[in-house]
Amino acid sequence: MALVTVTIDGQTVQAPAGTSVLDAAQSIGIKIPALCYDPDLSAVGACRLCVVEIDGMRNLPTSCVTTCSEGMVVRTNTPAVLEARRTLLELLIANHPLDCMTCEKAGACLLQQYCYEYGVLSSPFKGDQHAYPIDDDNPFYLRDMNKCIVCGRCIRACEEIVGRNVLDFAYRGFNTKVGPFMDTPISESDCVYCGSCIAVCPVGALEEKKMVGVGRTWELEKVRTTCPYCGTGCTFDLNVKNGKVVGVTGTDGDVNGRFLCVKGRFGYEFIHSDDRLKTPLIKKNGEFKEATWTEAFDLIASQFREIKDKHGSDSFGVLSSARCTNEENYLMSKFARAVLGTNNIDHCARL
Amino acid sequence: MTNSIGEIANADLILACGTNTMEAHPIIWYKINEALHKGAQLIVVDPRETDMAQLATIHVRLQPGTDIALLNGLMNVIIAEDIYDKKFVKERTLGFEELQQVVAKYTPEYVETITGVPAETIRKVARAYAGAGKSTILYTMGLTQHTIGTDNVLSVANLSMLCGMIGRESTGVNPLRGQNNVQGACDMGALPNVLTAYQNVGVEAVRQKFEPFWNCQISDKPGLAIGEMMTAAGEGRIKGMYIMGENPVLSDPDANHVVHELKHLEFLVVQDIFMTETAQLADVVLPGACFAEKEGTFSSTERRVQRVRKAVEPPGMARPDWEIICGVSTAMGYPMSYASSNEIFDEMRKVTPSYAGISYQRLEKGGLQWPCPNEGHPGTPIMHCNEFVCGIGKFKPAEHVPPDEMPSAEYPLLLDTGRRLYHYHTGTMSRKTMIEDYMSSDTLEINCLDASDLEVCDGDKVRLTSRRGSIEIPVRITETVPKGLVFTSFHFSETPINQLTNPKVDAKSKIPELKVCAVRIEKIA
Ligand code: SF4
Ligand code: SF4
Repeated sequence: MALVTVTIDGQTVQAPAGTSVLDAAQSIGIKIPALCYDPDLSAVGACRLCVVEIDGMRNLPTSCVTTCSEGMVVRTNTPAVLEARRTLLELLIANHPLDCMTCEKAGACLLQQYCYEYGVLSSPFKGDQHAYPIDDDNPFYLRDMNKCIVCGRCIRACEEIVGRNVLDFAYRGFNTKVGPFMDTPISESDCVYCGSCIAVCPVGALEEKKMVGVGRTWELEKVRTTCPYCGTGCTFDLNVKNGKVVGVTGTDGDVNGRFLCVKGRFGYEFIHSDDRLKTPLIKKNGEFKEATWTEAFDLIASQFREIKDKHGSDSFGVLSSARCTNEENYLMSKFARAVLGTNNIDHCARL
Repeated sequence: MTNSIGEIANADLILACGTNTMEAHPIIWYKINEALHKGAQLIVVDPRETDMAQLATIHVRLQPGTDIALLNGLMNVIIAEDIYDKKFVKERTLGFEELQQVVAKYTPEYVETITGVPAETIRKVARAYAGAGKSTILYTMGLTQHTIGTDNVLSVANLSMLCGMIGRESTGVNPLRGQNNVQGACDMGALPNVLTAYQNVGVEAVRQKFEPFWNCQISDKPGLAIGEMMTAAGEGRIKGMYIMGENPVLSDPDANHVVHELKHLEFLVVQDIFMTETAQLADVVLPGACFAEKEGTFSSTERRVQRVRKAVEPPGMARPDWEIICGVSTAMGYPMSYASSNEIFDEMRKVTPSYAGISYQRLEKGGLQWPCPNEGHPGTPIMHCNEFVCGIGKFKPAEHVPPDEMPSAEYPLLLDTGRRLYHYHTGTMSRKTMIEDYMSSDTLEINCLDASDLEVCDGDKVRLTSRRGSIEIPVRITETVPKGLVFTSFHFSETPINQLTNPKVDAKSKIPELKVCAVRIEKIA
């Protein structure tokens, strides 16, 4: 692809034709604030926070939808640009709850971040405030549309990534609201609860229900691992606090990026289920009795040895597991072959 | 998979055979969705009109169990219209004449009589598949869980070779595996006939390599597959079993039989994280650690080896499964001791050529796709590029054979089984989460024509009976299933559908025919 050369804040950069000014700036470490822009979604230029000055262009163009052209000269931090951004932020928070001290998103909220960076403390604009009810009659996530900044990221994620097209804009102007068809609660829509909309929401409008109140974002330790459900091999972060998994969030997986399905994102509670087996159990007279590891190992060894002596190695069968790790499957195969002496080993691959 | 998941997004045509990808592999569906946004065509071959079928460019709604006839029909058209890849066929395959002979009789008109798919649709699909720049095939259990599953898979391979749609980016034949580490369990030799990396136990050189390494003698007799093991247990030929992390009582066909067979054992050890239906039958139950409580690796359906990391401690006395196996082995007089899962991995890769170049250290930077023969090797995203792994690709044409059970006067309907988006396998994990609050039972999908014949309404409970068993389940009337077919999942122990399914297996793959069996429905007053 042809390369074009542009100058951004005095630095020259070469970018493939068609690259947006915002992406070109990012590539040389110049950060431009943006709320509706998301690298995994199409660019729409809706929030206008990413405005810049470009020589020869009137007004302030939005850098996420302006493509680089040869010789372009861009300035990202002139007084006019900064003033425009400040005004936009003031407008946004004029109609925002500003309950940052209890908001789940605090610490990871882009609106909070930009207000901090641009020194926006309060809004000179006084006007109506929304008072929408919170939509939470599903087990998975809640939607607080009072916090929505109408960036439309969730709409695009649901369409472009998930292919379900559940969400869209409804109504007009000040009343513009994001929601399912006919503005019903999410539980009455075709939503499949993949949580991709939550993953892209830059503010606290969409939140995992069970993660509310379990800890501030900065308190959660993130452990990167591989999903235990289907064979796709999605990567995610287990969010851990005080030795408990309190949630799952997307990260930058090789296969799935930040996106997951309902099982990966919301299927973690079995880890701490009360029904987990906690001790070895030995059946005596038809009832299970708790035992120590040594008792269990000794009993198994003596029974297996007896069977081997009496009936030979091929009187054993071993089922290994498509849910256990490679290391465990390797050891089980070694155990069947080297210890029991049989090739009677299989797993549920076929089912 | 011959390709990587990400490549699907750049395909021009996706032929999805017997896979409800949107529900069973949502993230892979996201890639299909991306391809659709870029203008790709999607062809869905499925008797059910799933959500994905509704979004398809063409939905090929065939009769259950007639995939070979359809695939042969596609090849018939492609050969007749002379649109196959002659260069590829000449340079990289063998047996074209034989293929040509077998598919000759599968004209679109003849195939229509078997599959119920209009001849014109068959022509359209054939032209689209052969004509696209990059066509890729996805399939799952819908193709393999049949008595002719192996032939189904071979027929898919025949089609892709005929059109040269393999071994390039975004073209290939891609089975999607159901459980997270099925690929790894196979790679590691948890199979009756092979050791790690599919090294055959019947080959002396293979045994000679492993025997000194494991310090043992390895039997040259191939072992029994899971279904055969169960039968052997029932007949008293198998006396002792060790089951780790599987729940065959719910997942295996003809479940009543499985319970009976397991009860017949002298000694059963079950190692799991929950008291499953299978663990109930055990003499000793051992508490394992779940994925969040241990270190290790999983291998995904695209052959990508990735790390599993410990985030929390196991509950009570539970231990990682590898530690438990070491304990049992040591108690039996074969000491096994490893300081970490890393040490096991390093031992394993010494005897596993395709994993030899993969190490925990390399995996810190992200997953690696096998074959990865040495530490300098970048891994293999696309297989069969310049040459098939086994040299030249051989066409293995197959004839259409109807399913083992067809509708009869006594059992007039066909039952299909599968997965739901919200749950997983036998539900041992997913049913202990908030997902259970959303979906805690299942229904039997039935076409409105069949429902009106039976005089049942939405939500009515019916008795569903096959030659092997009978369950009660509420119906849901839907156009998703065609007349004559009913469908439900195998996730719920309250509606244990595998008490009904047919354990008859494919002679080659040993996979049971879970996808079709004949049933009847009675209204419960
Ligand atoms: S959870 Fe998934 S399906 Fe539901 S609205 Fe969000 S992105 Fe769409
Ligand atoms: S809910 Fe979040 S992502 Fe969606 S439009 Fe509102 S602020 Fe943007």
